Amino acid sequence: MNGKERILARVRRALADVPRDDRPYAQAVRRDYLRQHDERGAEDLVDLLAENLADYRAVVHRCGAGELPGLIAHLLGERGAKSVLVPPGLDETWLADTDVRRVADRPESTPHELDRVDSVLTGCALAVAETGTIVLDGSPDQGRRRISLIPDHHICVVRVPDQVVPSVPQALERLVPGRPLTWISGPSATSDIELDRVEGVHGPRTLEVVLMSG
Amino acid sequence: MSTTRPGTPGPPPSSRPDPPDFPAFPRAAHQAVRDRTLRGNLRHATHTIRAKRAKAVAEVSDWAALREAGKQIKDHTLRHLDRYLEQVEETVTAAGGTVHWAVDAEEANRIVADLVKETGQREVVKVKSMATQEIGLNEALEAEGIRAYETDLAELIVQLGKDRPSHILVPAIHRNRGEIRDIFRSEMGKWGRPAPEGLTDRPAELAEAARLHLREKFLRAKVGISGANFVVAETGTLVVVESEGNGRMCLTLPETLISVVGIEKIVPTWRDLEVFLQTLPRSSTAERMNPYTSMWTGTTDGDGPSAFHLVLLDNGRTDTLADEVGRQALRCIRCSACLNVCPVYERAGGHAYGSVYPGPIGAILSPQLRGTASEIDASLPYASSLCGACYEVCPVAIDIPEVLVHLRERVAQGGPATRGGNKVVLRPAKGHTAERAVMRAARWALARPGVLRGGQRFVSRTRRFHPRSLPGPGRAWTGTRDLPAVPAEPFRDWWQRTHGGKEGPR
Ligand code: SF4
Repeated sequence: MNGKERILARVRRALADVPRDDRPYAQAVRRDYLRQHDERGAEDLVDLLAENLADYRAVVHRCGAGELPGLIAHLLGERGAKSVLVPPGLDETWLADTDVRRVADRPESTPHELDRVDSVLTGCALAVAETGTIVLDGSPDQGRRRISLIPDHHICVVRVPDQVVPSVPQALERLVPGRPLTWISGPSATSDIELDRVEGVHGPRTLEVVLMSG
Repeated sequence: MSTTRPGTPGPPPSSRPDPPDFPAFPRAAHQAVRDRTLRGNLRHATHTIRAKRAKAVAEVSDWAALREAGKQIKDHTLRHLDRYLEQVEETVTAAGGTVHWAVDAEEANRIVADLVKETGQREVVKVKSMATQEIGLNEALEAEGIRAYETDLAELIVQLGKDRPSHILVPAIHRNRGEIRDIFRSEMGKWGRPAPEGLTDRPAELAEAARLHLREKFLRAKVGISGANFVVAETGTLVVVESEGNGRMCLTLPETLISVVGIEKIVPTWRDLEVFLQTLPRSSTAERMNPYTSMWTGTTDGDGPSAFHLVLLDNGRTDTLADEVGRQALRCIRCSACLNVCPVYERAGGHAYGSVYPGPIGAILSPQLRGTASEIDASLPYASSLCGACYEVCPVAIDIPEVLVHLRERVAQGGPATRGGNKVVLRPAKGHTAERAVMRAARWALARPGVLRGGQRFVSRTRRFHPRSLPGPGRAWTGTRDLPAVPAEPFRDWWQRTHGGKEGPR
């Protein structure tokens, strides 16, 4: 018998005492928990998102669509960034006001090359207000997973209120499971030294989230 | 307590799978209790996280419903585990992954070592995984000439300090910042980039030192090894929940990814994640959400590893599944909340449990995964005052005291059990093992009235959380037995009341 057959046989023997249960899965689990904890309207949800993002040390900015290029240019300038990673499907106009060197997200780039880029600018798939989370799903405006990981400075643009969902259950409903997903709640952190949260370990140490309306 | 041993640099024994190395719990605990630094570190850390967890849980009004759903999802999965295992194989394979099955630690280690060798690589980067510690993977790889670098900050501290993990979530919880600085200063250079000049014990500086030290390893890594918090049968998706970003590095930069996952980590559907992604972060790090959660399904063209291997690990889990009472331990999502509230853990420290699974969950999991033949495993069910605090905080409602009592009976009286897939009848442990262990444990706890007092009051105050039998669909698991009742007045309070609080010093 191979490993698979042995393990499956052991599982079946282990469960021999258990009464059969042929109910469909949908009836097997009682899901009387809430779909969302906050019943506020769309505008208030955006406030809640901003609050929770900031609580975990993301830097939050708000702007209208027309103000975005100026804000991006300002954030990159303030940081002293000389280069910025750009996903293939990012709206070009977002970078219209800056001449910082663009680095394309290419499959052949090595991690060492990406390590020399100062900043990365992405969109997102959605944001979760209750937990202060942004989720990336590898769409063309977000790029490969590694580009939002290696540079030390990540600027992520969330279109509000459209991309904001209240809760984790509603986020999962909207996401596509087959895509590579990265849930980000604040900059990287550790609690490994005396259980105190310290921001900034391996992922970007500065996370700036731009909530763009209109 | 510093357990640093002199030795040559190189992958140290971050975990020793063979239990006979360890003294029985009471003896190990006795040593730990006398170590003031260790006790101070543990006390500070567990009390900090306790208060934070309570606050994070209080934020969600439907906690009880989430906890019950989590329990039911896991029970359902375990009940149909054969079906879900086969489904995982189908969906992961369809998504471009390769599935391997490992009956025990030796098989799993061989599978992983062979996969690494096939790539021609001599080093791997690892993200913290209980399963790979359990099977002693680092040592097995070392024996094959492959160096495994731990990349989680706490695991790095443990690895550099030639130490053993003492907590599920924070394996170096027994080290304070000064000790960590000293380890970084003296050891980092032997493994790669040395610690920066003039490193102080500020946590931010220590984190920065780890960032610099590990970055060169991440950037050149060709093989990554991980565990997983969840595997979704319906979609073939694996989930890793983390904080530092070392997980993302290991999961996305290498060309080959190997994930070693216990067979109990499965959840049936995508939707089930909505329960655990709410309960896990709040129970473990006391956060609304941990900084990073990665989800991947097989391989993705042009993004991340081009080869993905999933190693499904049994290693005693099916034996545990065969035990009607003990099988609930397989619901565990390794949040570590039970460690942080445990009065015995707080005083004894993680190392006393002689396993990678310390604390209350370790006391019920290790003797089931490994059997109760060794002295340490036979004594673990006694490493508790049965106060019930662990049950109350557990996000999947594992009745740890119930399993402890059950395992004590098995150790003392013997009886039917399953070992290595075979039904066996255990003989009562001879006096020189179990009884001695019991006596030592009892002496140890009774000599510390604070352990019993703190604990027992707590359980009594929370009686309303203790159902006599489990409601709803979970019933079938326990249908034939009532759960043990919790007395209205704990022994200690009764004693206090009737004897006027005359007792020895704490
Ligand atoms: S037994 Fe429960 S509380 Fe303890 S680690 Fe497992 S899930 Fe968490």
